[in-house]
Amino acid sequence: MTTLTSITLAKALNAGLRKAMEDDPKVVLLGEDIGALGGVFRVTDGLLKDFGEGRVIDTPLAESGIVGTAIGLAMRGYRPVVEIQFDGFVYPAYDQIVCQLAKLHYRSGGRWSLPVVIRIPFGGGIGAVEHHSESPEAQFAHTPGLNVVACSNPVDGYWMIQQAIASDDPVIFLEPKRQYHAAKADISLDESPQSLWASRVVREGSEATLVAYGPTVATCVAAAEEAERQGRSVGVIDLRTLSPLDLDPVLAAARATGHVVVVHEAHVNLGMGSEVAARVMQECFHSLEAPVLRVGGYDTPYPPSRVEESWLPDVDRVLEAIDRSWSW
Amino acid sequence: MTSLDDYLAPMPSEAEMVQLLTPEGERVSHPDYTFAGTDNQILGLYRDMHLVRRLDREATALQRHGELGLWPPLLGQEAAQIGAGRALRTQDFVFPTYREHGVAWCRGVDPLKLLALYRGVDQGTWDPTTTRLAPYTIVIGAQTLHAVGYALGVLHDGAVGTGDSNRDTAVVAHLGDGATSQGDVNEAFVFAASFQTPVVFFCQNNHFAISEPTERQSRIPLYHRAEGFGFPGVRVDGNDVLAVHAVMSAALQRAREGGGPTFVEAYTYRMGAHTTSDDATRYRLSEDVEHWKLKDPLARVEAYVRRRGLAGEEFFESLAAEADALGVKMREGCKALPDPDPAALFDRVFVEQTDELAAQQAAFLQRAGAAR
Repeated sequence: MTTLTSITLAKALNAGLRKAMEDDPKVVLLGEDIGALGGVFRVTDGLLKDFGEGRVIDTPLAESGIVGTAIGLAMRGYRPVVEIQFDGFVYPAYDQIVCQLAKLHYRSGGRWSLPVVIRIPFGGGIGAVEHHSESPEAQFAHTPGLNVVACSNPVDGYWMIQQAIASDDPVIFLEPKRQYHAAKADISLDESPQSLWASRVVREGSEATLVAYGPTVATCVAAAEEAERQGRSVGVIDLRTLSPLDLDPVLAAARATGHVVVVHEAHVNLGMGSEVAARVMQECFHSLEAPVLRVGGYDTPYPPSRVEESWLPDVDRVLEAIDRSWSW
Repeated sequence: MTSLDDYLAPMPSEAEMVQLLTPEGERVSHPDYTFAGTDNQILGLYRDMHLVRRLDREATALQRHGELGLWPPLLGQEAAQIGAGRALRTQDFVFPTYREHGVAWCRGVDPLKLLALYRGVDQGTWDPTTTRLAPYTIVIGAQTLHAVGYALGVLHDGAVGTGDSNRDTAVVAHLGDGATSQGDVNEAFVFAASFQTPVVFFCQNNHFAISEPTERQSRIPLYHRAEGFGFPGVRVDGNDVLAVHAVMSAALQRAREGGGPTFVEAYTYRMGAHTTSDDATRYRLSEDVEHWKLKDPLARVEAYVRRRGLAGEEFFESLAAEADALGVKMREGCKALPDPDPAALFDRVFVEQTDELAAQQAAFLQRAGAAR
């Protein structure tokens, strides 16, 4: 069995991109600073050297230009993978993503497929200046024609990026930037553990269920471990795929525990948690012991980084939500 | 140093443009551009323009009869579109705006497909892979980036500069004068120049972005902008089909040979409204319209053809009959266009349909079945 040993998320994504580029010569990367620099998070480190500037394309500094050009490349038969440098910089490309990329398959009567992956380092907690810590996932999950996924760990990073590139539909690929260089893992290269479109039970628990994705998976695991020390069995589900949503494991857990808390960094108002809560309520109403609760970023702009830890959902807020659910 | 007055001086216009056939129908020469076609090809261009004008007139009438929700007329822009469209080779790829009916004609798109879009029965579903014409784009300028990306793909495929005339490929991005203000268009210029993509930006300066005059978009002639991005710009008489054909042929050939991008400004005038929804008399002078009538793109070719005796009366009669037949086809065909099957709306959102969408489709079908 071949394994990558003790590897970070950033390195896992790098390995996944490398594998996808080796497997298919039509895979090309585009973005700002992805060449010689290897990307500001070094996710594309070394790829320019090995694949050349025809496959790893350093672009002018223009997000709409990068995405629009990627769309044209896809029309010519390529499979472009775009790196948006930071979440807050994706908005200049918003029209190209939601009006063009998302709709061209439909508009062309199904004659054109648009296999474009847009990688977005997302979320906060790295002490950055404004526009570098946003969680724009709901904006894209709300758009028909786009798939949205978020990885949370090195194993998923390695497999999901390859699966996203292999998909014939556009994929918004969210990478939790504060996890890039955090926990390490071993990755078996022999077989993908699961489909791109499936959520994953990270941890079983019989008394409450935490639903998370991206950076808050780690927060929820920490909260569940703390809850266990306090005598309560709490499960964690990593959604992984936000659009389409794979809620089957969530619904099963909701029926079993009766207590569900959705945790994400994005603003609570009309965030992914709203959709999960509505769907769980719809499917599991009679099994629930309490309404589905949401923990997320407050409905303010992302704050100055010196106080971001007060803004981001942390273990205490998650535990408090579990308590609130149990005291209903 | 340039003074403010220099910037506010009137823009140079017609003096700088390439012209090969005057409004009076006289052939004139230009140091850099020649129409290389035969007299028969001139008759072909005239036929195209005549039929496309009819196509446009029929569509406008169909909108007035309530058969179309909207129509953006091309009246006055026939020479620009046919000149550009007939300069293409089969393998070239075109990214149109929503008004490129003449280009669609040249690419062999059934006119009923154009009507279908504006009737609201589909979204422009000619096959882009066989017609090599992308779907119409409504958002202003968005398609210029797709053209540059496509052209980047052409470049990476090694399909430029090989000397093989069946392989070397150019890409055309159509845009209007108003689009030059858009961020995407400027980004397209930057990317095209940076990567030296085989793309021709074909700007039909028809003088208005809905009601906003070109002067509100630019203080300099539009084709001067290209120089700032690092590639050549040229202004051509957009009502002169021979000049447009010659200039576009040269720009496309330059692209195919690996010479990089060119910006072509076809200086023309939109004789109709922006679309059937607006009233052009509110924002422009009738004397301007009268002035431009004298530059009519069809009349000058007809004058040339008649004066030179290139075709007899039977040519014009046969063309009139052909136009009538096209009119009948459009009127009857438009009304016969079927509405799409609502159940099929769920099919082409994704290549790989999601379970959620499949469930919505199933529920829809069940409802539709129950209603029957």
